[in-house]
Amino acid sequence: MKKKTWKWWIAVALTALLSAVALTGCSTTDKGEGGTSSEKTEAANTLEKIKQRGKLVVGVKYDLNLFGLKNPETGKVEGFDIDIAKGLAKKILGDENKIELKEVTSKTRIPMLNNGEIDAIIATMTITEERKKEVDFSDVYFMAGQSLLVKKDSPINSVKDLKKGMTVLTAKGSTSAENIRKAAPQVNVLEFENYAEAFTALKAGQGDALTTDNALLWGMAKQDPNYRVLDETFTEEPYGIAVRKGDKELLQVINEYLKEIKENGEYDKIYEKWIGKKPQQ
Amino acid sequence: MDFAGAYAPAHLKFLLQGFLVTLEVAFISIVLSFVFGIIIGVIRYTKIPVLSQLLAVLVETIRNLPLLLIIFFTYFALPEVGLKLDKLYAAISALVIFESAMLSEIVRSGLQSIDKGQIEAARSSGLTYGQTLWYIILPQALRRMVPPIVSQFISLLKDTSLAIVISLPELMNHAQIINGRNVNFVIPIFILVAFMYFIVNYSLSLVSRRLEYRQR
Amino acid sequence: MLRFSILVEHWDLYMQGFGHTIKASVLALIGSLALGTIIAIFRIAPIRPLNWVGTAYVEFIRNIPLVLIVFVFFMGLPAVGIRFDSFTAGTLGLMVYTAAFIAEAIRSGIQAVPKGQMEAARSSGLTYLQAMRYVILPQAVKIVIPPLGNQFINLVKNSSVLGVIAGLDLMYYGDLISSKTFVTFDVYIFVALFYLVLTIPLSLGVGYLERRLLKAR
Repeated sequence: MKKKTWKWWIAVALTALLSAVALTGCSTTDKGEGGTSSEKTEAANTLEKIKQRGKLVVGVKYDLNLFGLKNPETGKVEGFDIDIAKGLAKKILGDENKIELKEVTSKTRIPMLNNGEIDAIIATMTITEERKKEVDFSDVYFMAGQSLLVKKDSPINSVKDLKKGMTVLTAKGSTSAENIRKAAPQVNVLEFENYAEAFTALKAGQGDALTTDNALLWGMAKQDPNYRVLDETFTEEPYGIAVRKGDKELLQVINEYLKEIKENGEYDKIYEKWIGKKPQQ
Repeated sequence: MDFAGAYAPAHLKFLLQGFLVTLEVAFISIVLSFVFGIIIGVIRYTKIPVLSQLLAVLVETIRNLPLLLIIFFTYFALPEVGLKLDKLYAAISALVIFESAMLSEIVRSGLQSIDKGQIEAARSSGLTYGQTLWYIILPQALRRMVPPIVSQFISLLKDTSLAIVISLPELMNHAQIINGRNVNFVIPIFILVAFMYFIVNYSLSLVSRRLEYRQR
Repeated sequence: MLRFSILVEHWDLYMQGFGHTIKASVLALIGSLALGTIIAIFRIAPIRPLNWVGTAYVEFIRNIPLVLIVFVFFMGLPAVGIRFDSFTAGTLGLMVYTAAFIAEAIRSGIQAVPKGQMEAARSSGLTYLQAMRYVILPQAVKIVIPPLGNQFINLVKNSSVLGVIAGLDLMYYGDLISSKTFVTFDVYIFVALFYLVLTIPLSLGVGYLERRLLKAR
């Protein structure tokens, strides 16, 4: 009996020790990260903070082919938004690798920006009046329009073909859900955590169409040739880069940068690389 | 169904990476919630005034909420009141909050199952209340608690998959990324992933049964 | 201070979600009681192959995550042509998962009835099934009710996984409201309150039953 108790105590002591280590491990890393980000929010000037830190932290999508997609093979995130973000890092810090990409979804991007986790959002974000109340937007860096993704052999060729009882899928927190409800009030709309989940659901036959900006739908259709994007768009979706409200210095640099790349042809190159055609003016 | 395509080496590696995150999150959460669970359970058992009642309310509330909601809460809602956690810490915090509450109940009822006569005997042989608890009651109770605690740990390991809602790059999340590539991967991937969870959890439950057996 | 205006403005959505959560929980409970009982009988029946099937079901399902099972119904089966809408897929997933736990609760309830009783019943001329029906089960039911109550509480909580597959439940609508309003804290607190309205009375009820049963012994 006594021996057993001994062993038991050793086990308890070990567990306590382990957890103490884990706790301190957690709390120190917590402090490290939390410390810098709280300083960030306290400082009025995010641009200065970025320069001090030597790193630009940008929120991008991880699940959107062509714009921001994490490649399972390499673990790298690639896309139009990523190239824009890298260029911005080069503009601010002189090195396109001085960047940290953080995954955002349509739902998380504004909260993450406002709590200081990221410096800017470059994540296929449409400039809307509603969002302007929450964040400040740069000039338009991409012009998209909402459309539908359907199966190759689907009878749907326009929003007008959507009938009562049909289900249209999209992601939460995007403007797409509201727009489709306006354009086709008769359909059911199911909203998923992100577009990857929505597309997986579409493939599993959980809906008749997936709706969002054509730019994103192209990426999905490219991934899976069994699907096509309608030519018709029923909204205009100007994308902007978002920063925290009042971050004038950062916003100014971003707008300068966008102007620069549009003038020196860098923008056209990025556009062609991902979208596969020249931007329309 | 495309088993060969689904089990491409790159996919297997990707799933394994996810599984490591699952195990890491589970392990850290298990250790932390074990410690907190014992502390809360003992406080409630000893009925320290005010603190004990406060914890009772807290524990009962948390136990009666879905873990999924707590995960959403730590990740999406806490930043709104100024506490920001990245995905990993949000997931771990949520799991620890939930599982500590669950474990504290196991600890409390384990303590209560120990014969009260033992306390009296120990006290009358000159031990203080604290000593009695620490040397006599807790060790016995902990041994009795092994099976329920292990099954709670199995739950925790399974529950890490809920962190898919905040796209924590764990096993379920990585499985879904692969599934997104091709519908024909879905079933093979689910079979493999189920097998991965099963192996670890079933081994845990076997260990628990052996411990239970040895106690008798 | 909580912004109750959010609750008032989105009352309809909260109510729709609340209704679906209750519906999913109740349907899954009924289904898993039936399935769970069958599996429990499989596990204790004096027929070896049935034992194996029952044990395999319980051990396998208990050791894999609910999310995975729900995904199988939502995306796995559709891949081979069997399709359910998100609510049905979620409810079926819940049912399959919970049945494993209910089977275990029922089995241990039945086995808690002393073995001698079965032998006595059999030697007094009852068949195995009759002995089960008239002697063992009535006693087992009493023992089983509190753990079954606990499973129902778990079921209500677990029904939140419907939110992951857009299953129209409380979690789904809560999440939807928060992404519409950009408000998270308050929205989730209200969601939590709705869950507590369901689970706290259930917990109290189960606690009461457990205490009564202890006294009765």
